[in-house]
Amino acid sequence: MTTTVKSAYWKGVREGAPFFFIVSPFALLFGVVATEAGLNILESLAFSVAVIAGAAQFTALQLLQDDAPAIIALVSALAVNLRMAMYSATLTPHLGAAPMWKRVFVAYFLVDQSFALSVGAYEKHRDWSMSQKLAYFFGVVTPICPFWYVFTVVGAMIGEAMPASLGLDFAMPITFIAMVAPMLRSLPHLAACFVAVTASLLLVALPLNLGLLAAGLLGMTARAAVEQWVARVKPGHVPQAKEAEA
Amino acid sequence: MSDHVTLWLVIAGLALGSFGLRFVFLGLVGNRAMPEWLLRHLRYTAVAILPALVAPLVAWPAATGGEPDPARLGATFVTLGVGIATRNVFAGLVTGAATLFILMAWLG
Repeated sequence: MTTTVKSAYWKGVREGAPFFFIVSPFALLFGVVATEAGLNILESLAFSVAVIAGAAQFTALQLLQDDAPAIIALVSALAVNLRMAMYSATLTPHLGAAPMWKRVFVAYFLVDQSFALSVGAYEKHRDWSMSQKLAYFFGVVTPICPFWYVFTVVGAMIGEAMPASLGLDFAMPITFIAMVAPMLRSLPHLAACFVAVTASLLLVALPLNLGLLAAGLLGMTARAAVEQWVARVKPGHVPQAKEAEA
Repeated sequence: MSDHVTLWLVIAGLALGSFGLRFVFLGLVGNRAMPEWLLRHLRYTAVAILPALVAPLVAWPAATGGEPDPARLGATFVTLGVGIATRNVFAGLVTGAATLFILMAWLG
C-alpha cells in the first residue's frame, strides 16, 4: 500500500471505531435472544455472518419464533433490508469502477455504518483515488464487522447460561422500538409509523403473517403521500438525504 | 423453535437475498444514475415494516397469554419517548428495559 492509501485505511479505522460500541451490544443482544428462541451457537453465528444487519436478523427471528412460514420470514426480513439496495445505488458512482472481486467484498460489508461514513468521506475528499476510497471503506469495516460475529457468539453463550424467564420475550420488541424511535423525525416518517401500526393491529387476523407485509406497504404508501403533500405545502423543503437508518 | 430445517432455509435465503440487495447496483448497474423516487422508497422501508412488526407484540404479548400488560406497555412508551427525545437507540433501549424490569417487579 502506498502512504496515501494506508492513511485512508487508518482514517477509516479511526472513524469507524466509535461504532464498535454501538454494534457490539446489538450483536450481543441478538446472540442472547436467538438462543432464547432455540437457536444453537452455530445457528446464531450463521445468521450474523449471512446477514450482518441487526434489524433484518431480529425480524426473521421474531417471525420464525411465531411459527410464520419460512417464505414470510424471508420476505419480511428482506423488506427491512431494502435500504441496502439504496446504499448500493448511492455508492455506485464512487466505487462502480472498481474491479469486480473488490465490489463483491464491498457489497458484502455494506452496512449502515460503512455506508454512512464512506458517502460522507467521498463527498468531502473528491480528490481520492479508487484505491483510497476502497481503503477507507475497508478501514471503516475493520472495527465493526468482525465484532458483529464475535459478539453474536458471546451473546449466544450468555443466553445458554441464562434462566428462561427474565422478561426476555420483550427484548426484541424493545429493540425494534428503540431502533425506530430516532427515525421518527419528520411528518412523513410519523405517518408511515402510525399507518403501519394501525394497519398491523387491524390486519393481525390475516393468515401467514401477511398482515405485516400489507401494513408495511400501507405505511410506505402513507409516507410517500405525506411527503408529496409536504413538498407542495413547503416548496424547497428537501428530506434529509444522508443519514443511515437502523 | 422446533424446525431447524426451516431455520437454515431462512438463513440461506437471507444470505443470498441480503447480498443481492447490496450487490445489485454496485455490481450490475455500473455508473448509471438512479431515479430519486426509487431511492426514497428503498430508504424508508424499515420505518414502516418495523412498527408493523412490533405493534401486535406490544398489544398482545405472548408471554401474558395475549392479554395487554401494563409493564410491557409502560416499557414501550418509555423506549419510544426516550428514543424520540434523545435520537439515541441505546438510550431508548436501556431506559425501556429498566422500565420493564421495575414495572414487572413492582406489579408482581
